[in-house]
Amino acid sequence: MPKITINGKEIEFEKGMTVLQACELADVEIPRFCYHEKLSIAGNCRMCLVEMEKSAKPIASCAMPAAEGMNIKTNTPFVEKARKGVMEFLLANHPLDCPVCDQGGECDLQDQSMYYGVDKSRFVENKRQVKEKYMGPLIKTQMTRCIHCTRCVRFATEVAGVPEIGAIGRGENMEITTYLEKAMESELSANVIDLCPVGALTSKPYAFEARPWELKKTESVDVMDAVGSNIRVDTYNWEVKRILPRLNNDVNEEWISDKTRYSCDGLLKQRLDVPYIKKNNKLQKSNWDEAVSILVEKIKTLNPDEIGGHIGDMVNLENALSFKKFFSVIKSNNLEFREKNFFIDPSEKSNYIFNSSIKGIEKSDLILLIGTNPRHEATMLNARIRKVYAQKKVPIYSIGNPGDLTYDYTIIGNNTDDIKKILSNESNFSKILSSSKKPVIIIGESALELKSGKYLIEGFKKFLKNNNFINKDWNAFNFLPQNASTVGLIDLKIISKDEDKRNSFFEKLKNNQFKLLYLLGSDNLDIKKNNEFIVYQGSHGDRGAEIADLILPSAAFTEQNGLYENLEGRVQECKKASYPIGEALEDWKILNLILKALGKNENLLNFDSLRKEVLKSIPNFSKLNELPNFKDCELINTSPYFEKEEVNIKELDYFFTNAISRASKTMSECRQIKLTSKKTGTDNL
Amino acid sequence: MSLKKVHDEQPKEFKFSNENLKKAEEILKKYPEKNKKSAVMPFLYLAQRQNNNWIPLAAMKYIANFLSMPYISVYEVATFYTMYNLAPVGKHFIQVCTTTPCLIRGADKIVKLCKEKISPKQNELSKSGNCSWMEVECLGACVSAPMIQINDDYYEDLDEKSAKNILDSLIEDKPLKPGSYRGRANTSPEKKQIINGENHA
Repeated sequence: MPKITINGKEIEFEKGMTVLQACELADVEIPRFCYHEKLSIAGNCRMCLVEMEKSAKPIASCAMPAAEGMNIKTNTPFVEKARKGVMEFLLANHPLDCPVCDQGGECDLQDQSMYYGVDKSRFVENKRQVKEKYMGPLIKTQMTRCIHCTRCVRFATEVAGVPEIGAIGRGENMEITTYLEKAMESELSANVIDLCPVGALTSKPYAFEARPWELKKTESVDVMDAVGSNIRVDTYNWEVKRILPRLNNDVNEEWISDKTRYSCDGLLKQRLDVPYIKKNNKLQKSNWDEAVSILVEKIKTLNPDEIGGHIGDMVNLENALSFKKFFSVIKSNNLEFREKNFFIDPSEKSNYIFNSSIKGIEKSDLILLIGTNPRHEATMLNARIRKVYAQKKVPIYSIGNPGDLTYDYTIIGNNTDDIKKILSNESNFSKILSSSKKPVIIIGESALELKSGKYLIEGFKKFLKNNNFINKDWNAFNFLPQNASTVGLIDLKIISKDEDKRNSFFEKLKNNQFKLLYLLGSDNLDIKKNNEFIVYQGSHGDRGAEIADLILPSAAFTEQNGLYENLEGRVQECKKASYPIGEALEDWKILNLILKALGKNENLLNFDSLRKEVLKSIPNFSKLNELPNFKDCELINTSPYFEKEEVNIKELDYFFTNAISRASKTMSECRQIKLTSKKTGTDNL
Repeated sequence: MSLKKVHDEQPKEFKFSNENLKKAEEILKKYPEKNKKSAVMPFLYLAQRQNNNWIPLAAMKYIANFLSMPYISVYEVATFYTMYNLAPVGKHFIQVCTTTPCLIRGADKIVKLCKEKISPKQNELSKSGNCSWMEVECLGACVSAPMIQINDDYYEDLDEKSAKNILDSLIEDKPLKPGSYRGRANTSPEKKQIINGENHA
């Protein structure tokens, strides 16, 4: 490896690194504004100047490739003077409004001016004044503060794939804006707030809410979709003020989706704080004793087979397991978690997870989407697909039309017949697929809802296995679930059997065979209420609570510890950042109340043993935060049912997919803007 | 120079005329297919020519779609270069050079005249509706300072009187001839001096 000398210390670096990266290897911190690891290099802030031997001028280390034998100095008076000069120019037009700026306390410019700032200004001219720009309901702009690092411009073009932000004008009159000040049409738009090194782009919903040093920070995971983005939850007292991304290169890199970031105001609204009971067709406030005794009476009078339970999209594994245990105590096995009846084969883990892993997408050389719109179903995964598309021009194909995915793709069919042709080597695409080296096949829930769902799974497994695409190094078979709880709940076998139609949960639901339906945080299940008694246990007064006869308030995901398994089968811990509101309790504690009232004291649950049991019952489990172990899949000999059907990708109401986001004011604003821009089209002036 | 503003009243549609479409295709041939967005500047110029010397938003969109590039990128280019007009200009579009050599030779007087005769502010139409003016940076004719550019023509070697005559002629829609107003042919020397056997102006 080539060597470089930094401040007299010789270190080895990898070919292709810049001087700045080499300096970081040597533990030397270089101040910077425009440089960002995940974005292209612009080199326009000039803050990273360092001294290079044999160069009369200081060099911008972020843009200078490191070379063998370079002698870099970063701590000389020459460097300090250069950086001070740059800082003076940056501050020449930067307003002195730190006391009223939301970036205060976490501002790169503020921090670095502590080292390189001059205490007096030599400029007597007026400061530049720039009008505020409208960038949608999430991004508050104060463009006078902008230092033109163009991080936001590069992010929008490169990562988000929506080239809508740009720098107009020139010289002193340069301004950063979206095209004609339209809202940015991306699910990743709010990441520019984190990227902005100054207070030019700040968070609109969080404006003037708190200072960063007042907040308690809890590292947690997101439950808005199945990706399990790593987040940091910032709370002030018990109130969740904001959610920020946490760096995890295996999952979400440094970004999170707008839904993850801004659903948090939904945690304060529409909350269920006390038990409610429906009396005279009206929900009335009640207390735990009364609510539990009503429920227990119901359970005692009913045949166990007439009781059904459904687990929602944001329930953690411990609570799900406690619910399963509770159902085994009352001797019912009508448990389900699916919101729509899509096909799942729980016998093998590789059948229902994203085997290639999110990071693995970067190694792929072909991507095939089957009945899925990853942009809405798993935003961060879509960003990864876009990354390989942008970097390596990986060809992307789709069966069914998912709409705009922020990258180009080819539609190679829209019905199951096209898939059958591929699998039986009759289509041209079969050759393309089998001649690729590391393909990624992504099957969405919409495709598995088809009657030939099983055929799709087994067919692709067989095809990939025959072409040696399923082995220890590479597993091309992927299922893309939509909900945070899906993979974990399949692992816990909370699923009704499909083969025997009479036993199926959905069949019974449709025929109104349940006398008691127990919804655990379940809001998206399509229920035609007849005269069943519905119990809703959850955090928000949403669709589930609307039809409920009895409401038991429980904690939301930020208010309790719990494990979640993301779509790759990665088990991650969501940590308690706040407290349940009012009289609400954690789900397993509520179930304990009911078990006690049922007189089943010997079955009482406790959290530690629940967690232990969860970890034990997850197949192929390796470690927390790690991918599951690989296990080879087995093929079946029978040929599953096939029918020619159209592959329709069900459109998600992206900003309104779960109870928390539906309660959020910010999300409903985003949704409104999306709806109006869809109506008028983006092409009009 | 301040930031260029797009005009409030915008035409709904823009399309290259058949003639310009042919020119555009010729221009495209100069660039490899993958770099076709390089043609954005000549295209904007064509559009400006076609649309009375200014570029409407519809034209930027049309060009963006033509070259398959984002709208904002075309918009960036159009706002960056000063010679693209984003709002209507007069039929006689007067650009007064006010960079140092012209200013030393009295460009400020021409600016004053423009303010009196045409409009008190730059980029505004005159009362007669056929003229507008703006200050510009060096137009590269310092040798015949002060000078103004009217549409495509240079009017050079001006003084207060000749500038006034030119402006008056424009307002009356009978423009005078371009060229030197001190009777020079091109930029030839006026008084020939011979110093040490060499020719000097």
